[in-house]
Amino acid sequence: MESTAHRFPENARRALTDENLQYMLRKSATGFQLRRRMAADRLPEFEDLRDQGRDIKNHTLAHLDVYLEAFEAKVNEAGGHVHWCPTAADARNTILRLCQAAGAKTVTKGKSMIAEEIGINDHLEAAGLVPIETDLGEYIIQLRKEPPSHIIAPAFHVRKEQVAEAFRAAHTDLPPDRPLDEPRELITEARLMLRRRFQEADVGITGANFLIAETGATVIVTNEGNGDLTQTLPRVHVVIASIDKVVPTQEDAATLLRLLARSATGQEFSAYTTFSAGPRRAEDADGPAEFHVVLLDNGRSKLLGTEFQEVLRCIRCGACMNHCPVYGAVGGHAYGWVYPGPIGSVIDPALIGIEKAGHLPNASTFCGRCEAVCPVRIPLPKMMRHWREKEFDAGLGSPAVRRGLGVWGWFVRRPRLYHAAARLAVRVLRRFGAPGPLAAGWTAHRDLPRPEGRTFQELWAERNRRSGRGEA
Amino acid sequence: MSDARSQVLGAIRAALGGGDRAEARRTAAERIAAHARNIIPARTNRPAGELANLFASMATEVAATVERVVDLDGVPDAVAAYLASLNLPAEARVAPDVAGLPWDRRPTLTITAGPARDGDAVSVTGAFAAVAETGTLMLTSGPGHPTTLNFLPDTHIVVLPRSRIVATYEDGWDRLRAEGAVPRTVNFVTGPSRTGDIEQTIQLGAHGPRRLHILLVEGA
Repeated sequence: MESTAHRFPENARRALTDENLQYMLRKSATGFQLRRRMAADRLPEFEDLRDQGRDIKNHTLAHLDVYLEAFEAKVNEAGGHVHWCPTAADARNTILRLCQAAGAKTVTKGKSMIAEEIGINDHLEAAGLVPIETDLGEYIIQLRKEPPSHIIAPAFHVRKEQVAEAFRAAHTDLPPDRPLDEPRELITEARLMLRRRFQEADVGITGANFLIAETGATVIVTNEGNGDLTQTLPRVHVVIASIDKVVPTQEDAATLLRLLARSATGQEFSAYTTFSAGPRRAEDADGPAEFHVVLLDNGRSKLLGTEFQEVLRCIRCGACMNHCPVYGAVGGHAYGWVYPGPIGSVIDPALIGIEKAGHLPNASTFCGRCEAVCPVRIPLPKMMRHWREKEFDAGLGSPAVRRGLGVWGWFVRRPRLYHAAARLAVRVLRRFGAPGPLAAGWTAHRDLPRPEGRTFQELWAERNRRSGRGEA
Repeated sequence: MSDARSQVLGAIRAALGGGDRAEARRTAAERIAAHARNIIPARTNRPAGELANLFASMATEVAATVERVVDLDGVPDAVAAYLASLNLPAEARVAPDVAGLPWDRRPTLTITAGPARDGDAVSVTGAFAAVAETGTLMLTSGPGHPTTLNFLPDTHIVVLPRSRIVATYEDGWDRLRAEGAVPRTVNFVTGPSRTGDIEQTIQLGAHGPRRLHILLVEGA
């Protein structure tokens, strides 16, 4: 996927005036938050489970190489194959080779953010294959030729009228005057169209929420059942997963699964959680004859041992974006690359470079809600600050911001001068208000209220004097 | 291929600061062998006799329907009555593991056994276990239970002996470990298929079954 993260400000401005998007953001903003709250409140152990989820992932990351080896050994034992892929290009080529070896024409796909990350659909299409997204949300955006705007609800931004429009344009063999006003009608039509595709597919590609070192199983979590039809009906099942998905045991997966659905959709458990290990057994009546796991690094190993290691704990629930005021205002597409919201603001710079994604860690008010709801307690605001520091150190960012920070830095290193200047500024602002054009970059979108009294430092000093502690 | 493997594993090891990998391997092997339980929600901490009630209430909450049946011999009558109540044709594709039930008691019910075919409207399967914690069925693939039966038909009827109800996912895994080989697929199924992908409005029957009907067999 071509990144437009470097155009975040323009993307965001456009998003703010996109009526359909704003309608959907208003409509869905509180639903996810409310449902997560209710699910968490109903499970007294929820906060302790979050600690344990964090610890499981930390332990696994500290032993990542050996758990991946253990996982691979179990996959081999079950008759499957693991394909190690350092880069996105390696993964694309591996999957294409597997599809070609299977003589595939149609390839069905379950929802996978890794598949978006490596851009597999374009790659398969360029080679003459027909990839078909089967998750309803992914199917809708595939027809609309756009990327997902949310990691668990890819068509989060699309109104039902726009879905109907896309279906009428694509499903031309159905009666043109059929009713498509209600979600029920749209779902029935998608089900019918995709049933044909499931039957004709030669290869099914799914993602993985977890990989289990204990058993060599890959785990997918869905509500529709599309992932299961994708991996059961074709002759070949290809799983695409990144290296951070491995966990030691089925018990560890159970703990993380207790967190996942509750954090994501507020469900107690998703409708379908499926563990798959290897191809069908000799005596089985259905299931794929081949099982492949494409294991992708794509820059993740470089995060180990750095201040960004903890982001590899992410289980992709989407809670951070569901609770983010910035995501809630501009939606997912404005972020410009695969992962939107707070998690994207940390991962995207790591995967495509801070020089391309520098705006994203700056697109935060540091309100802290993302960290407050993260099921594995990733300190997202702290990491966004690390990216801002890296951006500054690399000499990136806008010249005005750099100059402003330079001036501010010069003052704060001279406390007496800084206090004097602050006292003066507060008095000027109190008397005259914000200096119109000079601060327009700030005040065009925000209020700068007139200060009512003295500076914080003055008040603090006075408070300490009164309590007899002297000046700090 | 093996180059790519050592490239990925080498990058991970370098980033983790080298260290003693033999020791790390031992730690991992011990954790896997122990597969210790983490926190188990207290919700399931109740007498075995009450687990069936918890299972039924949690499953009902996610739009599955639960019907109590006295014994396995009563299953054919229950299936026939359920299909009639929905005006569905008296036909079902059944899993080999429930093909031995006395279906001939209902001669008007057409029963065939095997994996699901395109067009099968109703399936009847057994269940390896059921998890009371969230009203979740644990279905394992094998010659007795083709996976397609869980997903292709519009209506999925599950025969669940009460003795197969366990408290937690962990209990389900323990039972599976105790009973031997790991199947290709373990499906945890919690209610019928659903989607919220159109304007975040929940609709049932996205790709999998629109109806999930559970026959809870008290005497089995």
